[in-house]
Formats: sequence, C-alpha cells, structure tokens
Amino acid sequence: MNLYYFASPATFYPLAGKLVPWFALLAAALCAVGLYISFFVAPTDFQQGEGYRIIFIHVPAAWMSMFIYVVMAFWSAIGLAWNTRLSFVMARALAPTGAMFTFVALWTGAFWGKPMWGAWWVWDARLTSELILLFLYVGYMALQAAIDDPRRADRAGALLNLVGVINIPIIYFSVKWWNTLHQGSSVSLTRAPSMAMIMLWGMLIMALAAWMYTIAVSLARARTLILERERQTEWARLQLEGQA
Amino acid sequence: MNWESWEAFWAMGGYGLYVWGSYAMTAACVVGEIWLLRRHRRLSLATLRRLQRLNP
Repeated sequence: MNLYYFASPATFYPLAGKLVPWFALLAAALCAVGLYISFFVAPTDFQQGEGYRIIFIHVPAAWMSMFIYVVMAFWSAIGLAWNTRLSFVMARALAPTGAMFTFVALWTGAFWGKPMWGAWWVWDARLTSELILLFLYVGYMALQAAIDDPRRADRAGALLNLVGVINIPIIYFSVKWWNTLHQGSSVSLTRAPSMAMIMLWGMLIMALAAWMYTIAVSLARARTLILERERQTEWARLQLEGQA
Repeated sequence: MNWESWEAFWAMGGYGLYVWGSYAMTAACVVGEIWLLRRHRRLSLATLRRLQRLNP
C-alpha cells in the first residue's frame, strides 16, 4: 500500500469519516484529564497565584496557532509542487481552526496580561507578530472566499501561505530577538523546563487534546470540501444518494 | 485538593474574572466552530443533493 492510495479523494473520504469520531473522543478524554490536572492537581503558583491557570489553555493554543500554520504551508507546498487536489483541501480545512486557536491565544493572553502586567494589550514583538498571524489566517480565508474558481483560489492561497510562513520563526524567536514584555519560553528542548512537573504535564495533555481536536475538525471539514469539489464524480454521486 | 469550597473555586483567588473569562471564551470558540462545521455540512449536502436532482 502506498501513500498515493490515500491521496485519492474517493479513498480518503470514507477513511476520514471513520477516523473523525475516534479523534473527537480522544480530544474529549484528554481535555477532561487536562482540565482536571489544571484545576485540581496543579498547585497554586507562588508568584502568580491562581491567575497562572490561564496558561493551561494559552500555551497550547499559541503552540497550535503556529503549528497549524506550518502544516498549512506544508500542504500548500506539496499542492503547488505535485498539484495534488487533496493537499489544497487539507490546507483549506485547517485554516479556520488555526484562526480560532490564534484568537484564543490572543484573548487568553489579554486576560492574563491585565492582572499580571496591568494592560490588556501592548505592542510588543510577540503580541504583534501573533496578531499578524491572525491576519494571515483571516486573509487566507478571505482570499479563498473571494476567488470563484477553486483551482485558482488554491494556488493563490498556497502562495500566500508560503510567504506568510516567514512570520512563524519571527513569533517563535521574538522573545529572544527583542526586549519584550512577554516572558521567554518556559518549555524548551535544550534545557530543563522552568516550571513544576505537574504544571508541565497539565499543559502537555491540554496540547495533546488540542491536537486531537484539530485533526478531528479538519478531517470533518475536509470531507465536506471534498464532496463539494468532487460532486460530478461517480463516487461522490453515490455518496450523496446513499446519505439522502 | 486545592479548594476549600466552591466559592473559593469560582473566585480563583481574586483572578476569577480573568481565569473564567479565558476558559469561557475558549469553550465558546470550540463550541462555535463545531456548530459552524455541522451547519456548513448540512447546508452543503442539501445544495449538492438539489444540484444532483436537477442534473441526474
């Protein structure tokens, strides 16, 4: 069996349909465990009191906002290089979820910033580059909606994603490159995390839940997009009749 | 267990507005996205079936 087998919409559609409920179930279970740790197991922070509990959604949302964009850019590159229809559909299916996580990262950041910094918003490098990420997501979706021909929309959107991905390292390294109000990362691959283990576990489990959620909703969204695009084909017509 | 009572839990040591404001918006976004997703699928399937009936 090779990967091209799954790249065919006719194979992907029913497979995705089977996978969606499992990923949704995993997301719900991980979220329940993560929330339990966040509120009932993780202790009060000695500096930030109970206010720090916002990080259990803020950090996973911020990670997802960047990661989803990279994955979108990856699918865009594959689509432009090999002209595979499914790649463009995946990029398109991920965009609203990425925008949602970016908004959540900004919102929870503001709700953390107000009590800790005394301001809902500051124009610092980390916050500003994350806001630009939100505009990139929204711009991509607006572009897709504005171009009627799906093939042209795919290519224009893919190009935007490939240009926009330059923003991701800027967000990631902004706390190192510039003097920002935003604190440096608490979790890094090269050194021990600067937070209690149980807090780290809560965050990682919430991040995993966000992953499973993203896979579930993007596969579900991709299915609808595929059906819209393939409606003239034999298998899609059969699907539509079968579900009537 | 961190909390002595439900009141203490909801108060979040004085950070109640900020903690619950964050979690509530996140929950609203997730629920909203799932709702929009299902709505899109329902409307899209209805349109596609109508097109198919017009052009069998």
